[in-house]
Amino acid sequence: MPTELVLTVALQGILTGLVYGLMALGLSVIFGVVRVVNFAHGEMMTIASYGAIVAFAAWHIDPLVAMVPIAVILFAIGYAMQALLINPFINRPEHSQFILLAAVAIIMVNGLLMIFGPDARNVLVDYSLDSIEIGPLLVDKVRVITAAMALAITAVLFAFFKLSHTGKAIRACADNHLGALVVGLNVKQLYALTFGIGSACVGAAGAMMTLLIDTTPNIGPVFTLQAFVIVIIGGLGSMPGALLGGVLIGLSEAMSGLFFAPSAKTMFGVAILILVLLFRPQGLLGRKA
Amino acid sequence: MISRMIDGVPRRALVLLVLMLAGLLIAPLVVDAYILSILILVLYFAYTGQAWNVMMGFAGQLSLGHSLYVGIAAYTAAALYVHFGIGPWTGVLPAIALSMGAGLVIGFLAFRFGISGVYFALLTIAFAEFTRVGFDHFAWVNGSGGFFLPVTQQAANDPLNLRGSPTMFYYILLAITVLAFLFCRWLLTGRIGYYWLAIREEPEAAQTLGINVFRYKMIAVAISSGMTALSGVFFAFYYNNLFPEQIFSMARSIELILGPIIGGVGSLFGPILGAVVLTALAEAVTEIMHALGYEIPGIKQVFYGICLLVVIIYLPHGIWPPLRKRLGLEDRS
Repeated sequence: MPTELVLTVALQGILTGLVYGLMALGLSVIFGVVRVVNFAHGEMMTIASYGAIVAFAAWHIDPLVAMVPIAVILFAIGYAMQALLINPFINRPEHSQFILLAAVAIIMVNGLLMIFGPDARNVLVDYSLDSIEIGPLLVDKVRVITAAMALAITAVLFAFFKLSHTGKAIRACADNHLGALVVGLNVKQLYALTFGIGSACVGAAGAMMTLLIDTTPNIGPVFTLQAFVIVIIGGLGSMPGALLGGVLIGLSEAMSGLFFAPSAKTMFGVAILILVLLFRPQGLLGRKA
Repeated sequence: MISRMIDGVPRRALVLLVLMLAGLLIAPLVVDAYILSILILVLYFAYTGQAWNVMMGFAGQLSLGHSLYVGIAAYTAAALYVHFGIGPWTGVLPAIALSMGAGLVIGFLAFRFGISGVYFALLTIAFAEFTRVGFDHFAWVNGSGGFFLPVTQQAANDPLNLRGSPTMFYYILLAITVLAFLFCRWLLTGRIGYYWLAIREEPEAAQTLGINVFRYKMIAVAISSGMTALSGVFFAFYYNNLFPEQIFSMARSIELILGPIIGGVGSLFGPILGAVVLTALAEAVTEIMHALGYEIPGIKQVFYGICLLVVIIYLPHGIWPPLRKRLGLEDRS
């Protein structure tokens, strides 16, 4: 197999992986703070994808532009979900939270199925088929753009959590729930804010994803699982970990598609996950709990 | 042993159980084929829910990958039958052994490496997914193309090969479900049940009291996966077709555990009640939508999801514990 081909596929995989990373980042942020696993994560991404598809079909808005209002809408959905549904479940056992979010996921998948039907849809922009030459390698332009956007959004989010007052308050809730209450933080509201931010991430990722893959209502659960795999590999709650996990999964998918069968690609991701869980359960970049 | 199992159970509860069993025994004589198929579904979910409950409800280990055990057992028994002509009652033994083996491997890895809670749940999903994709590429059982058991029209039932009418399947499944119910009651009222309870509520305290936490968690996993294997074998011979995409899917795992969670995790009657309620709900939704003329794909599941949401929000412990209290059927032991 020619080296150029392998390198090209690897690079494409890494670039796609960064968008996966942004999606998983949302899950990671939510778990890191609220300590609830969002079992409806992929489904929320699918809602964002359909938003971008509708915006493109109706008004010819580029998904890279549409992702801003879509992220805002997803933020509102996430905020409302946490404030109305999940906050009362914070102290309930895990299986109870799981069923709550699984029920939300069922409603989302099938709601989309009702509205859009089971057919696969995608967005074809003028530059969908353009490619960029990097030395001897030929890379899809959309992948480069979306990967850069994913990195930029992550950087902004990172700065928000490190520098802003609200970001610090949210981290305080994550580090010490009781302490945060004692110093007078409105923990429930900060939780809702966090869920909103995580949802906005997955919203942006969903809008960009329409440029990379075909969307059907049923890919929701697939991406929920994908997001779990990524954040556990990277470290549940770690922001750089989510990106690293995304890149590793993107790479492993691309490589398994090249060397084995494309349909076997999830097996490699899951195999990495199992190994990570056993030998470094906190994830590659996670802190010990 | 029997006195231990019925100790503290109100007499009314025993009478109601016996009446219910009698009703279930004569049901095939009075209901039509459609209702019978639904009753089989109810028993299937009741039994599998009971099996899952051993792990989650008794020992407190949340498994979201029980479709793995169903799938492994279904494929084992079906492949032995199709390839070597080995009947299901023999095939069930390797099927149980393999499922149990898978459960023990997952349990060993998880409990030895100190994986618990959400991480354990995700590990169980990961193993189920891994196996699903593996079976997609497993040519001996026809990969993703699906594996089929020969369907032949037979004049007489052949219980030894599990070939026959729905009524035969119904009685076999009923027997299995009743045995599982009794078995779980026996487990819960014995030493092991109390150990599990201690581990579920306070693992550290249980350890301090000298309970071998690792061993009893492993026993819970082994019993749960072994019991689940039986429903896998039943599934294979009742439906006659197996697709990795379906049988190992996460959606299937979720479907299996909704019953016990809605019914009441940790209670013995919860999985049964949950299976009845959810199956009835799903069928009722289908019927209502059909009658109203709404045939949009997905609308049924949306309604189902909303009902689930309402139950989980307003009945945090499931339907059975508050209902039991109201009916005055609480265990006094």
